[in-house]
Amino acid sequence: MSGWIDKQKNILDFTFSSILRRKGKNIALLLVYTLIVFLLASVMFLTYSIKREASTILKDSPDMIVQKISAGRHDPIPLSYMEKVKGIRGISSAKGRLWGYYYDPITGANYTLMVPDQFSHGPGGIEIGQGVSRVRTTFPGDALDFRTWEGKVMNLEVKRVFSPESELVSSDLILVSGEDFRTLFGGSRDHVTDLVLRVRNPKEIPTIAVKIAELLPDTRIILREEILRTYDAVFSWRGGILILILAGAVLAFIILAWDKASGLSQEERKEIGILKAIGWETSDVLLMKFWEGMAVSLSAFLAGIILAYIHVFFFSSSLFEPVLKGWAVLYPQFRLVPFIDASQVVALFFLTVVPYTVATLIPSWRAATVDPDSVMRA
Amino acid sequence: MRKSTAFLLYILSNIILLAVLGVHSFYQRESAAPGIEEKREMVGRLDLTDLCLFTEANYTRHPTQADGHVAFQDHPASLEHFPSGSLLRPPSKMNRTHVRLDR
Repeated sequence: MSGWIDKQKNILDFTFSSILRRKGKNIALLLVYTLIVFLLASVMFLTYSIKREASTILKDSPDMIVQKISAGRHDPIPLSYMEKVKGIRGISSAKGRLWGYYYDPITGANYTLMVPDQFSHGPGGIEIGQGVSRVRTTFPGDALDFRTWEGKVMNLEVKRVFSPESELVSSDLILVSGEDFRTLFGGSRDHVTDLVLRVRNPKEIPTIAVKIAELLPDTRIILREEILRTYDAVFSWRGGILILILAGAVLAFIILAWDKASGLSQEERKEIGILKAIGWETSDVLLMKFWEGMAVSLSAFLAGIILAYIHVFFFSSSLFEPVLKGWAVLYPQFRLVPFIDASQVVALFFLTVVPYTVATLIPSWRAATVDPDSVMRA
Repeated sequence: MRKSTAFLLYILSNIILLAVLGVHSFYQRESAAPGIEEKREMVGRLDLTDLCLFTEANYTRHPTQADGHVAFQDHPASLEHFPSGSLLRPPSKMNRTHVRLDR
């Protein structure tokens, strides 16, 4: 066993001497390879982490949301619809939600305004998210001005700012009383934004959804399962601008592997010829080339994965922030929880290290089986 | 020091660092549990349906509540123009080639 280890170490020493003879090319190769792994792993960690957190946080979202659709657009729903729905067996609770968006012309930010079931502050008071507090530099005791639907100015006092830990769901949220909501947006008191339903037995949800669709044909029903699947699909590898980043990275990697697989340089062929001439077996030459490929790919893979983890979970994917932030004025500040899918890391290993190592071996095998005399004379 | 020894030490130190990051991720998940629970409680209490990720437009802020044509609602020829629209896929129920606008 120790003899075998010594042999591997000796071959490794020779391999590194060979690599260092082409220092510039191999360092460039290592850096590009590390960058590709870093990019792929960063996207992988970011998307999986958000998907896991979304699926955990949104588990308690309503079982069903009923929206009224009019001329293809979302319309306020009459409260009488709620009375009709309450009669369906299996529904444990049905209530109307009052919520909407407010565009703040001072900052250019969009806020989500909502009326909670219980609001202890009453008219004149609001609770705001960290993002609102940040863009307006507003804290408990300060006042925020809103422009009502009639063009009048309405002054509301900030009673509380939500915790930073809740930014992922509350950053742009403003909780107001029902009275203030109606003063701000108008609308009939007989209508709400939509209905939220809770069902006793989750297995009955599809059946109840069908009944509601028949009872209220001008409504659209959104199930919690669809909410969770939407966030499962968000940042999916198959969608959006991230595929462009991945496609660029994968293409760069294919070019690298192709460069390796398409053949050795004259110098490398001569080196193999000399080794064969001085007594190296074909298997020893292949072992040397294996270690060469493995040294570069394994070093790049480990460095890329570590840097990706630090980038995503210590620096909150700061390199992707311009893409993620888009044109939003209000952007939540949160640190992602490091949920790691080990199967994805293993898949990345087999997609990067193994093909590259094999791509290094193929031309070496061809060169190692040719007569060393003809190779050295070429 | 032999080159092979230096390489093996490099690999070993990376593996140790990966193990340390693995332990870090475990403890981070543990310490993030109260925050996740707080968010989950907020979702249940306020009947929230979406994460606050993209606040550019109503359909990027609440993608689960958006209908099929809302991205193009500004005028009949308007195209999706917010950067977030390129990150968000349509809701899963809209994988068909058309959308029923009355649903």
